[in-house]
Amino acid sequence: MIREFGTGDIVYLVFAARWTLALTALAFAGGAIVGLTLAVLRISPLAPLRFLASLYIQIVQGTPLLVWLFLFYFGLSIAGLPVNAWTAAALAYSIYGGAFLGEIWRGALIAVAPTQWEAGASLGLTYVQQMRHIIIPQAVRIATPPTIGFLVQLIKNTSLAATIGFVELTREGQLTSASTYKPFAVYITVACIYFLICFPLTQWSRRLEERFNVAR
Amino acid sequence: MKYGLQFRDVFAAWEFLLEGLAVTLALSVCTMVLGFFLGLACACARTYGGARFKQAVTVYIETIRNTPLLVQIFLLYFGLPSLGLRLEGFDAALIALVINLGAYSTEIIRAGLEAIPKSQIEAGQSLGLTPWQIFRYIIVFPALKAMYPALSSQFILLMLATSVVSQISVQDLFHVGSIIQSRTFRDFEVYTVIGCIYLALAFMMRGVFAVIYRQVFAR
Amino acid sequence: MSRVELINVSKNYGPLRVLNDVSLTIETGEVIAIIGRSGSGKSTLLRCLNGLEPIQSGTIMIDGVKVNDPDTDLRKLRQNVGIVFQSFNLFPHLSVSDNITLAPRLVLKQSPDQARKIAADVLARVGLADKIDAMPQQLSGGQQQRVAIARSLAMNPQLMLFDEVTSALDPELTGEVLRVLEGVAREGMTMILVTHEMGFARHFATRIVFMHEGKVWEQGPVAETLSHPQTAELKSFLDAVLN
Repeated sequence: MIREFGTGDIVYLVFAARWTLALTALAFAGGAIVGLTLAVLRISPLAPLRFLASLYIQIVQGTPLLVWLFLFYFGLSIAGLPVNAWTAAALAYSIYGGAFLGEIWRGALIAVAPTQWEAGASLGLTYVQQMRHIIIPQAVRIATPPTIGFLVQLIKNTSLAATIGFVELTREGQLTSASTYKPFAVYITVACIYFLICFPLTQWSRRLEERFNVAR
Repeated sequence: MKYGLQFRDVFAAWEFLLEGLAVTLALSVCTMVLGFFLGLACACARTYGGARFKQAVTVYIETIRNTPLLVQIFLLYFGLPSLGLRLEGFDAALIALVINLGAYSTEIIRAGLEAIPKSQIEAGQSLGLTPWQIFRYIIVFPALKAMYPALSSQFILLMLATSVVSQISVQDLFHVGSIIQSRTFRDFEVYTVIGCIYLALAFMMRGVFAVIYRQVFAR
Repeated sequence: MSRVELINVSKNYGPLRVLNDVSLTIETGEVIAIIGRSGSGKSTLLRCLNGLEPIQSGTIMIDGVKVNDPDTDLRKLRQNVGIVFQSFNLFPHLSVSDNITLAPRLVLKQSPDQARKIAADVLARVGLADKIDAMPQQLSGGQQQRVAIARSLAMNPQLMLFDEVTSALDPELTGEVLRVLEGVAREGMTMILVTHEMGFARHFATRIVFMHEGKVWEQGPVAETLSHPQTAELKSFLDAVLN
């Protein structure tokens, strides 16, 4: 049955955005764990670890996110687990986000001057202590703007979870569009909601970056 | 029940996969060329143009960069017909991708143009070169070199992102994969193979870009 | 047992031989000024002493511990060997106090209070007691370098290495750093300085080591060596720096 696209639908779409945000939070948390591990491995003194981390990043950054979503969606049943869009999406986004965050954070880690490692080492600090107290605190400042930038990418990319039936903002848009047959109005609304979430973050990231560049 | 992996059915459809690959390649190459020139025009408008131009370009970039590509594609393919403009799937996809890549490459190209020190332009002016000559002989080459790494990784991301057009039934590599899946029920195998093809494509592009860089810029 | 002993030490960077069969013995309480042209290997020698750079052959012993031995715990060794760098290398994200107390707390397991007390003490020794809560970027270059020296002193090292510690400073700021070095020397610290400050070397060093082409070309007591150089290379070096 076709009905009108009205205020109620808009409220419904705004409400669906909470699943977009929930998935983003989950993806970011998973991606952060994977990414931090990768970043540390990428600058490890052990060549095989560096190689494995770099291989992972090359592979994930060389395949579409859509493929990961479908692989996990269908792979779960092969692994004998119940097929569930939440689990599949959480896994796929962690794998995917980890590769990008890993690269961003590795860049930040190596942007800290090598003399800082030396200064730590010559005071008798262990590798882990140098990392924890000297390198990471400095890297965090460098990494914050691009990390927020990637968060925006992540929010936008959660729209792809709609393709495996995960009901978030874009999927809700598809459903509303199908029932109201007002695709233009619906997708403009959807785009506006994404914009309202992403734009402040983009601006924030840019301001932090400018402040950081001035401070240097 | 134990699941046995079986790739035979997937490989049997290799001609079909090739067709999909051709569509993905065509879409990617067209988008790269058109998107680059759109980005170049916008970057020039933003760097050298008047205030009105700058504003328009900023609105364009921010709109595109803060909304998902998938929604942009849906808007063009499903939304425009209700305004009386019906686009073929491939055309809608191409337009959406060009608009999308244009926004990202504007930023990259602008950064490249701005990487040229003012003193270089002043040196050109003091030699009596026209603005066009300055652009042609002093700015273009070093600017291209500065923007090349970011631009080439953006192109690879774009190629991977074309997989999204499968959602409006454009028969690209990913969509072909879904069709094979629905025929063979070999879900996992199909997407593994598709993933590997994309991966190979990404590596190939990286290789080609590296060779071009060495040939053109490395001295 | 000598404090520092180098026996036939050689080091290469690829095909380039930067240290060529260096032998040198340093006793407790000595202040050694290593001089020489840039590229003569003097900074490299210093960095080899606390294991920041590996060597290809020979032996380096500090207090009887072999530095270039994979079984040696370099961390333990470095607690006894302080080094101050040309570019200060303070930790920009930490306050002066945290810069100084970090290693005592983490490595020597001092309590925060105890470490802070020591920080106040070493800062007083370098004349910066009032800067304990400043951030490094609020300090002048000379002050930053004095904090770096204090950071090293807080570990209570038995040997201190100084790698051209005044070279990155404006001329008017070198004096304050040299005065701090004098103070440390007077307390009886064993010190090895790579330096261009001939005035400082003349007054406070006990021995001059002149390096040339990766070798210890000439060495001896300060006054004699500087006034009666035995080799043509040292003579021409001195002529160049003293004029």
